[in-house]
Amino acid sequence: MRLTCPLCGERDRREFTYYGAAVYADRPHAGAGPDAWDDYLHLRDNPAGETRDLWYHELGCSAWIEVTRNTVTHTITATRLVAERERPAKPKGRGRRA
Amino acid sequence: MRYSGLRVIREGLSGNRGWTPAWRDPAPKEEYEVVIIGGGGHGLSTAYYLAKNHGITNVAVLEKGYLGGGNVGRNTTIVRANYFLPGNQEFYSHSLKLWEGLEAELNYNVMHSQRGLINLFHSDGQRDAFARRGNAMINQGDDAELLDREGVRRYLPYLDFEQTRFPIYGGLLHRRGGTARHDAVAWGYARGADRRGVDLIQNCEVTGIDIVDGRVRGVQTTRGPIRAKKVGIVVAGRSGQVAAMAGIRLPIESHVLQAFVTEGLKPVIDHVVSFGMGHFYISQSDKGGLVFGGDLDFYASYAARGNLPMVEHVMEAGMTLMPMIGKAKVLRSWGGIMDMTPDGSPIIDRTDVGGLYIDCGWNYGGFKAVPASGWCMAHLMATGDPHPVARRFRLDRFLTGHILDEEGTGSQHNLH
Repeated sequence: MRLTCPLCGERDRREFTYYGAAVYADRPHAGAGPDAWDDYLHLRDNPAGETRDLWYHELGCSAWIEVTRNTVTHTITATRLVAERERPAKPKGRGRRA
Repeated sequence: MRYSGLRVIREGLSGNRGWTPAWRDPAPKEEYEVVIIGGGGHGLSTAYYLAKNHGITNVAVLEKGYLGGGNVGRNTTIVRANYFLPGNQEFYSHSLKLWEGLEAELNYNVMHSQRGLINLFHSDGQRDAFARRGNAMINQGDDAELLDREGVRRYLPYLDFEQTRFPIYGGLLHRRGGTARHDAVAWGYARGADRRGVDLIQNCEVTGIDIVDGRVRGVQTTRGPIRAKKVGIVVAGRSGQVAAMAGIRLPIESHVLQAFVTEGLKPVIDHVVSFGMGHFYISQSDKGGLVFGGDLDFYASYAARGNLPMVEHVMEAGMTLMPMIGKAKVLRSWGGIMDMTPDGSPIIDRTDVGGLYIDCGWNYGGFKAVPASGWCMAHLMATGDPHPVARRFRLDRFLTGHILDEEGTGSQHNLH
């Protein structure tokens, strides 16, 4: 698998460290309630198909990159700097329990 | 049909004409008391114990492929009870006790082999951590022995004791740990459940969960709708998709874990051995193949196949620990989809949909848990209350802060 760093170009997967779903870039504000933190830290859409996640170009330029890729085929369709990412709308639904 | 040594001899002398299928292949009925989604180890053991312990036999297990075709058929078969945290400890202790009686219980040879598990350590700090873990295991009522370097050398003379990069300081020996034949566990529970009246329905994929007024009413499947009073989701790596059918978002990210097996060799590795510096673990199957694995590929995946960097890493770790395996040829490698939770511990709980239960989040440690997971999930579904040894495996523990982070690596799904 190879990832395209927006700054360095196409590089070997071993140069990058995976962090997790792109929601990690949307840290709640300090006063947010437990539900917001639960959403941020724990709950995941976990799609079988297209997903967006965060990778760190550790052995390259040290940029944080948002990668759009397919979790079933490992095809990578887009990459961009996290710095250029707009904040998305609130995630849909929450973990629920009686 | 009851299996026995006498039976094998009699069938052998009469041309093996008397064997019958180990379970039926029934068409789904319109309604069941309980539907279990997922015909893997955990789903089948849940169905078995629903029938055996609670007398609930009007049960269907729905499997989208074939029985035992998922992670229970693609793991490194290690069985152990060496957990540290209260909550995990009593559960895996209970599971190991069930393993020890499993063959008599199921009348099925699951080839459970308590050959001993040795976790190696390579620094003073690791020794202290393992000593502490060993004490916790003994307090729980399980077994643990701390071996020094010479103690390890007595059992594992073939390790590389001369290297200075990762010197072997000793190991924690868990004598009751070992391996089992993975497929046989699924088949044994399937046969046991079928004999008690459970319908095992293969090639039946669940496509929807019917919920009316906050209560589950049944499921939609590729073989038609099936009504049910209670539904259990036991689908490991696919938990996210099935839970989404009920509008539930889970604290789970699915990752791929690779494993490897070599060509058959003469007996050389008598125990289960794990390397404390490279996340590498190995045992030898009864067929002679070295079975070993390492870490996740570390990125979310449903591909059931991994990438080469982790293959390289696992081989390097193996060669560092035991250079003698360098000439063995790798026969196969494969990947399984692991349902990773943010604290590395599982979930056996109700959901907020009435009658809908979930058993998931086994990370990459689900195989040894198969008996107790089914035992506790059946208890929960039959009585409505969590079983005492699984009471901390709550779905809401991440929200409330009652997490079970065995490795202390924090809220990141791929770090457990």
